[in-house]
Amino acid sequence: MAFYVVQFLTGLASAASLFLVASGLSIIFGVTRIVNFAHGAFYMLGAYVAFTLTARFSGALGFWGGILAAALIVAAVGVLVEMLLLRRIYHVPELFQLLATFGLTLMVEDLVVLGWGPNDLVGPRAAGLKGAIDFFGQQIPSYDLFLIVLGPLVLGLLWLVFQRTRWGVLVRAATQDRDMVAALGVNQKWLFTSVFALGVFLAALAGALQIPRDAVTHEMDLRVIVDVFVVVVIGGLGSITGAFVAAVLVSELNAFGILIFPKISIILVFLVMAAVLIVRPWGLLGRAEAPVRRTPGLTVNPWRPLTSRERIAVAIAFLLAASLPFYAGNYALAVGAEIAIFVIFAASLHFLMSTGGLASFGHAAYFGLGAYGTAFAVKLAGLPMAAALVAGPLFGLLGAVVFGFFAVQLSGVYFAMLTLAFAQIVWSVAFQWVGLTGGDNGILGVWPERWAASAPHFFWLSLAVAVLAVAGLRIATFSPFGFALRATRDSPLRAEAIGINGKRIQWSAFLIAGTVAGIGGALFAYLKGSVFPDVLGIPLSVDALVMVLLGGVETVSGAIVGAIVYKALSIWLVSQTEWSKLVLGAFIVLIVVAFPKGIVGTLDSLWHRRPSSLKDAMLASKIETAE
Amino acid sequence: MQRRVLLGGALALTVTGLATVTGLAPSAFAQSGEIKIGEINSYSLLPAFTEPYRKGWQLAVEEVNAAGGINGKKLVVISKDDGGKPAEAQTAANELVSNENVAMLVGTFLSNIGLAVSDFAKQKKAFFLASEPLTDAITWSKGNRYTFRLRPSNYMQAAMLVEAAAKLPAKRWATIAPNYEYGQSAVAVFKKLMSEKRPDIQWVDAQWPPLGKIDAGPVVQAVAAANPDAILNVEFGADLVKLVREGETRGLFKGRQVVSFLTGEPEYLDPLKDEAPQGWIVTGYPWYSIKTPEHEAFLKAYQAKYNDYPRLGSIVGYETIKAAAAIIAKANSTDPDKMIAAAEGLSLSSPFGEITFRKIDHQSTLGAFVGKTALKDGKGVMVDSVYRKGADYLPSDAEVEKMRPKD
Repeated sequence: MAFYVVQFLTGLASAASLFLVASGLSIIFGVTRIVNFAHGAFYMLGAYVAFTLTARFSGALGFWGGILAAALIVAAVGVLVEMLLLRRIYHVPELFQLLATFGLTLMVEDLVVLGWGPNDLVGPRAAGLKGAIDFFGQQIPSYDLFLIVLGPLVLGLLWLVFQRTRWGVLVRAATQDRDMVAALGVNQKWLFTSVFALGVFLAALAGALQIPRDAVTHEMDLRVIVDVFVVVVIGGLGSITGAFVAAVLVSELNAFGILIFPKISIILVFLVMAAVLIVRPWGLLGRAEAPVRRTPGLTVNPWRPLTSRERIAVAIAFLLAASLPFYAGNYALAVGAEIAIFVIFAASLHFLMSTGGLASFGHAAYFGLGAYGTAFAVKLAGLPMAAALVAGPLFGLLGAVVFGFFAVQLSGVYFAMLTLAFAQIVWSVAFQWVGLTGGDNGILGVWPERWAASAPHFFWLSLAVAVLAVAGLRIATFSPFGFALRATRDSPLRAEAIGINGKRIQWSAFLIAGTVAGIGGALFAYLKGSVFPDVLGIPLSVDALVMVLLGGVETVSGAIVGAIVYKALSIWLVSQTEWSKLVLGAFIVLIVVAFPKGIVGTLDSLWHRRPSSLKDAMLASKIETAE
Repeated sequence: MQRRVLLGGALALTVTGLATVTGLAPSAFAQSGEIKIGEINSYSLLPAFTEPYRKGWQLAVEEVNAAGGINGKKLVVISKDDGGKPAEAQTAANELVSNENVAMLVGTFLSNIGLAVSDFAKQKKAFFLASEPLTDAITWSKGNRYTFRLRPSNYMQAAMLVEAAAKLPAKRWATIAPNYEYGQSAVAVFKKLMSEKRPDIQWVDAQWPPLGKIDAGPVVQAVAAANPDAILNVEFGADLVKLVREGETRGLFKGRQVVSFLTGEPEYLDPLKDEAPQGWIVTGYPWYSIKTPEHEAFLKAYQAKYNDYPRLGSIVGYETIKAAAAIIAKANSTDPDKMIAAAEGLSLSSPFGEITFRKIDHQSTLGAFVGKTALKDGKGVMVDSVYRKGADYLPSDAEVEKMRPKD
């Protein structure tokens, strides 16, 4: 019995540290609607700064003072980030801030290595709380007890601040309707800055409080960020009590789950999230979102198919690309094929995001299923290459059929998180089922047959498939189906009123996007000759998201340019420098500030400002007013 | 003339840009006076391991060239980062082979990356010397004739630990390992070899926390609840730190024997400082207590150049380049088939003594040190350490032939 009590308390301690990070994220999201990917980076910075301070100032005051000072210092950094970067981009489509914070995260990962060196750092134990307390023969670390008290304490303090202060009332009002708060004359700028500072303070405090338990490494941010997102979503976005309940739920399920299924940890949070979202689409304590005022896919310049002159230009670009094998070496061709494959992948996500208005955070699942499907077709069924290239995408389709059905019941960030959960579940199956997938060691020897083996042939194959895929997606966008999809995106109620079955239309879009991503995955398996669980992983999903946002989510085919620029740049940077993350992150941040609508989106609106397209501009302004 | 023109223009620009960036044609033919080796490792993902490794190979390059190069030709190493991803490692391998025309590929740390590059080497018929990956598959179930491996494999380290573990009186064993291929196969091999030697032991609990995300408190409690006499640990890095801290505070290790993979390597032991566990049976690299002339020469040269002590990665990096140079020198050619013929059965010296690349599975016989952890001057060290030669901890030739695919 004592054992179960202690296990329960241990779970509570884990919950407390999870809650501290999650509460900050939840507050920031609630008010600013920023999906703050850099929250993990602030957590990590908190730990690094606390490590330095506690090493310099010893003693109880040095330790606890160091922890607090670290959180304050990092909160100040957060204020700078908010004022210099985020303030410039509040007006751009949602999710675009995600790109900025993602760039920031990349930079911080390299910066901490530059600043603190490559080794794992182990900070001091908590002053005064080093030992353990005996509980009927079981040892409970006193630091755990401290955390168990701290969690609810922070929750209570936040509750007081939000319920009993004017600032808190404003924050709650902004969480519900920030436009209304602005209309009532509240200075939003400082409200946002202070909220961001509080959120970052909590993240940094949580990171600093980890140093007596954990090692400080440059990978801390990614270890924590996904779990924290999941906790926030389970609890209900913007609900701090919900985040607390979710943290306790997840931690306790883990603490007791491992007694029965020791392998459960890797997948547990995602299972819980998927289950919760299917039953309660807005999380445990979340409320239904207010109707969206501004859809991510809403375009000011109305979409239209290509004019004949544009078609000629595209044909010339295609011919230029297709002539690459006549003057480029094998390596350039392999890189070209990889870029073509990522064009397919990014275009499929772009279709889902811009035409469908559904931002998936787990699109790699379908890319990876395509790759694994192809590998199975070759290795287990012994199919020839042409058949395997067809079989692979069918796996992507199958995954999209199942997951899409549940996912399209939700919208917005909840949709994004459910897709993330599904992707993570597929990833952990591939990662753990060593018997079938080879686990982490992957499936080797999926090389192309002779007809496609040479670098020029494979490049042409990838390019041809990419052109077909992009053309197909464009045709779908401008087909009646595409119009129905866009109608559902822009106004679900009106679309329903004219007899469009929105969920079915969105589900179909999900299937199309999943299948096209699977085609990309199938080609990727042959390009690399092997398949590893990475192809299902979160980093790949994020890559695709970055490509789409970089190209411009409000465009018809911006993802193509986004994919080419991002992939070419990242391959080149990885080859040229070990600080590729720093450079790439800085590049992304610059792009976000300079081209807040994405590369193609910004070029597009520049073009539309010209007098020659006055008519278009007028049309656009009419539409804008109509909205 | 609107968006698509811009789109098209951007596409064309990028394609041409790409072509120039990646080299229009393989322009970097090795000059007659030098031999190029292509090196790939996870420098940005795992700097703690790859920095000492890089120092090691840079020292070796210097030594090789100071001694007149390889048969009179200067040795040049072109090094690439793989970001910790197999797909990017393959892109780098392709660049090295297609654009840089390197004589051979060396390096890699993570098992999956080692396997990805070895499969690439097989496909492109390029010579690959895997330096650090531990997986048994790379020389056995997924072995190929183009791939050689330097570091003692998972199986060899398990066999060395089992030899010591079997002498313990403990009968009830629990295991803690990261939940991925390396952790799973380390536990599987250890259990198999251990149960062969000691049919009387029982496996009472197995914990599989996710890699890099151990929730150490509940794991420690769960293991303690099974009340084992001894614990096998495969955790490393930040996970190990958390496990040790929780385990010490909660008294998990009190009165229990712990056998642990890799923990004696400075890379893993040193960050723990005065919290390093004591009395664990580990494999590792006690650079401070190896008194052979080969090692002392290495240590002196390393400390003189870097003013720092070597980690195990330094040894691996150093020996990788020494082995590569010896293979090319013996083959007197950079033709892959001739290099394979030269490498099979090749013996050379190393800081740990003479090693041989086995003909049967291309595994080197580099060994490891087995000893006990202890605290000395507020730092973790290995004591009573003994060098175990790799050759003594490999399965019989018949078993190897059964596992390894025919070329």
